[in-house]
Amino acid sequence: MSTSADNDGTDPVEMAPRRVVVISAGTNEPSTSTMLADRITQRSLEHLREMNCTATARSRELAPLAVAIAQATVSGLSPADLQSAIEQLASADAIIACTPVYKAGISGLFKSFVDLLDNDLLIAKPVLLAATAGSSRHALVIDEQMRPLFGYMRALTLPTSVFAAPEDWGSTELGDRIDRAATELAVAVHAGIEHGIAERAWSGYQHQFAGNATRAEQTATDVDFESPLMRLATGRRAKPGALD
Amino acid sequence: MQFGIFSVSDVTRDAVSGSTPSEAERIQAIVEIARRADEVGLDVFAIGEHHNPPFSSSSPTTLLAHIAALTQQIILSTSVTLITTNDPVKIAEDYAMLQHLAGGRVDLMLGRGNTVPVYPWFGKDIRKGLELALENYNLLHRLWREDVVDWEGDSRTALQGFTAIPRPLDDVPPFVWHGAIRTPEIAEQAAYYGNGYFANNILAPNFHFKPLVNLYRERFAHYGHGAPEQAIVGLGGQAFIARRSQDAVGRFRPYFEGSPIYGKSYRLEDIMHGTPMSVGSPQEVIDKTLTFQDGFGDYQRQLWVVDAMGLPLEMALEQVELLGTEVVPALRKEMEARRAPGVPDAPTHPSLVRAKYGDGPARQPRPNANRGDNLTGASPYQDTDPDLAAEYPLVA
Repeated sequence: MSTSADNDGTDPVEMAPRRVVVISAGTNEPSTSTMLADRITQRSLEHLREMNCTATARSRELAPLAVAIAQATVSGLSPADLQSAIEQLASADAIIACTPVYKAGISGLFKSFVDLLDNDLLIAKPVLLAATAGSSRHALVIDEQMRPLFGYMRALTLPTSVFAAPEDWGSTELGDRIDRAATELAVAVHAGIEHGIAERAWSGYQHQFAGNATRAEQTATDVDFESPLMRLATGRRAKPGALD
Repeated sequence: MQFGIFSVSDVTRDAVSGSTPSEAERIQAIVEIARRADEVGLDVFAIGEHHNPPFSSSSPTTLLAHIAALTQQIILSTSVTLITTNDPVKIAEDYAMLQHLAGGRVDLMLGRGNTVPVYPWFGKDIRKGLELALENYNLLHRLWREDVVDWEGDSRTALQGFTAIPRPLDDVPPFVWHGAIRTPEIAEQAAYYGNGYFANNILAPNFHFKPLVNLYRERFAHYGHGAPEQAIVGLGGQAFIARRSQDAVGRFRPYFEGSPIYGKSYRLEDIMHGTPMSVGSPQEVIDKTLTFQDGFGDYQRQLWVVDAMGLPLEMALEQVELLGTEVVPALRKEMEARRAPGVPDAPTHPSLVRAKYGDGPARQPRPNANRGDNLTGASPYQDTDPDLAAEYPLVA
């Protein structure tokens, strides 16, 4: 296993400041979801700092993007502010995703936003899942809805998620869970897991040409012209064989 | 540079009059629009292929053969021919026949189609859509260039000793454009064969297709067909024109807002500014189209949709008139003036015949006497090079 001691400090993972992007689908002012996301963000940055890992955090509230998200859903056209949020996620080293629970499920706004992301935008990115609800009876929404969603996106959902019902705000255990989740986030970012997986396995996932992912193929120099489909495109059989 | 119109053949309710044309009316209207396009000097008329209401065109070659008989100079094309769910053997035969009947005024654009149930209706698997498109074209390409084809692949039954008839007019296949809006493999295939690449340039942000067009250009050069800027690029677009800008917007708005595609979910102004759709005076449409040349580089074919969204026939014809008399003449001049030296025109039948035969006579294949099959004896045509005999299947 690689540690900071045996890589001579030249590991690119340790060079650039890490970017934590927070998406919160809360709508009230102040929103409980955003309060929770802020607490998690703060602790995550503290843990990263303890690991000598420079990091910045940017928060994207989804509420101001609600109309843009709706337009993009029906038209496929992303207004500029929505596009910039997508690009921020693409270049994030970790994501803190926080949604309120409505009618026993994640916020439709939150799901609609994720629906607009390219399938390869979040590959192997550490994602810390968080949710707020009016009742502790909704506690499994994170595991039943958010985990499968980010699993589909091939994101790296962190082991601990943070759920906050009203009573949790009077409990020190919420702070403990936040601390544990933030630790997981910091370790995953510091270890450069996303970078490592993408470096070795990127071509194994489905991709969108000229998409929003930072590693998306943008020009001919990025494209693997020996893939089975590219072989087929050029009059050959998809798999190399005797007929070539 | 070629300019023309393309239609998806939608039969849409006229949001102003409230009435929906019958299929019969719409089919005749499309014929009228194509004839008018020919009369006003547009270069291309293209029609789509669909297999579900509310569209009227399922059999492009039948429609285009009829239009060919009624027109003089316009090139007839498709937007698009489904290369996934059609048998490439039938495409080879149908379009070669059309090419003969139209005196060479035919090319075609290939696409995958985006209506999910069409695949199962035609016995195909949409998850294999890209493989089907690529492999079917590989076969189509050979069927038009080799008198006798032996072939095996995954998309259809194998062929032994097959000859697609009639052979293309003058033994020069129709020029092929590959339409794609997201798939680099299609751009690669177009580049590999030196065919055209067409981006429909509608329902997407301005210059959204630039990375794909650039990929095609680079690979066109990679395969030795010319410099990147000499690749054969076509672009779509949608236009609504009136002499005065405010009249264009005012008259178009109810159709836009009543359209099932745009409906209530788009704002006309957003689409006018954020996408290649041109709504305005002839000068505004000219200016917007010139931005395509700035953004995508010199290109060879510009097609506009002018008859969608339930526009009544008279209005669609007026659009064709304004394109033919005001917009296109100005664009021809301006784009020609801006065009870099050495950028070719899109291939046409006469130019392809010249390229193949120079001033010599074109090949006119004459079959040998009927043998009942292509599997015995020499090739089916009197002039076929005897060195190019078919490989015969093994008979036990």
